Amino acid sequence: MSAIIIFTAVAIAQLMLAAAMALASIRMFRGPRAQDRIIGLDTLYINAMLLLVTFGIGTGRVIYFEAALVIGMLGFVATVALAKFLMRGEVIE
Amino acid sequence: MLPYPILTLMLVLMWLLLNGFTLGHLLLGIVVAVFASWAMASLRPEKPKFGKWYLLPKLFGIVLYDVAVSNLHVAKVILRAGSRKHNPGFLAIDLEIRDHFAIAVLAVVLTSTPGSAWLEYDSNDNTVLLHVLDIDNEAAWRDTIKNRYEKLLMEIFA
Amino acid sequence: MMVNAADIPLWAAVAVAFFLLVGATLALIGAIGFVRLPTFYERIHAPTLGTSWGIGGIMVASMIFFSVAASRIAIHEILIGIFVTVTTPITFMLLARAALHRDRAEQNGKAPDKHTGSGSGPEEIQDEA
Repeated sequence: MSAIIIFTAVAIAQLMLAAAMALASIRMFRGPRAQDRIIGLDTLYINAMLLLVTFGIGTGRVIYFEAALVIGMLGFVATVALAKFLMRGEVIE
Repeated sequence: MLPYPILTLMLVLMWLLLNGFTLGHLLLGIVVAVFASWAMASLRPEKPKFGKWYLLPKLFGIVLYDVAVSNLHVAKVILRAGSRKHNPGFLAIDLEIRDHFAIAVLAVVLTSTPGSAWLEYDSNDNTVLLHVLDIDNEAAWRDTIKNRYEKLLMEIFA
Repeated sequence: MMVNAADIPLWAAVAVAFFLLVGATLALIGAIGFVRLPTFYERIHAPTLGTSWGIGGIMVASMIFFSVAASRIAIHEILIGIFVTVTTPITFMLLARAALHRDRAEQNGKAPDKHTGSGSGPEEIQDEA
């Protein structure tokens, strides 16, 4: 019984997060400006991180947590570098 | 020996959370944390001056509640974006707090709250430019920031 | 380490499902708003739904699941929560400042002047540009 509840919830949550990732990538492709694309990339990263944690609950493995942490850090560094580039025209001054 | 005891303790806790609690990891975590706090000391960061630090949990509770409420509010605005027009706008506020840590905490609070975004802080005249999703109750926004957050932050970072 | 979802009691399963669905719903609404809202400064509000209680809900679900299933306290998910809460303002602030900088450089009237004083609505900004 509890396995059915958890697997149903995990499946629905995965569908929702996949839809959120699709919407974020729509905004990333449509723009219209560079800052919209960058914030779309950031949203994509965060939703991918949440999807990995949800995979972790579905499979019962702890290893997905570490992958999620790495994705979160990469997303942060990537977004900061891109925002810096937009403002200054170079990343390292 | 230990320039930043709280930072060192937090790093040890983080190490144990990531690796699981064993005696070996406790010792390794302490070694890493002590070296990291020495590295931090050589950067000579500004130290926060805490006044009534015991009010921090109160601030944390208020923020968690406010974030939940404004989550619901923004979700409503998004879901009926076609039928009723919301009125977004910019809002410039003069701050009274000068402490850098207090301003940083205020920035984190206002950005994590959906419905208000911290755009720019001007350190010359100590003003901050915000963007709010619903500017119709502008006085309420000013009141929230001034009385609810800023007063508490001024007591915490005296 | 692997745990089996069938081992955990019913109340924990209901709690995990509830928090998981709350978190995923908020992330989805945030993404919908991100596509639907018309200007950049409005769109910057939408993803914070996912980064505040969206992440919070899914982290709480994961903490309950692994704590109950492995019958020991598993709260390492809180690290992701702290990390995202601390880093999101940095990225959003940098992006907002970059957007303000670009809009002011182009003088396209979308961003307010540096000293607009109190509460300039969109109409006043149009006049200044």
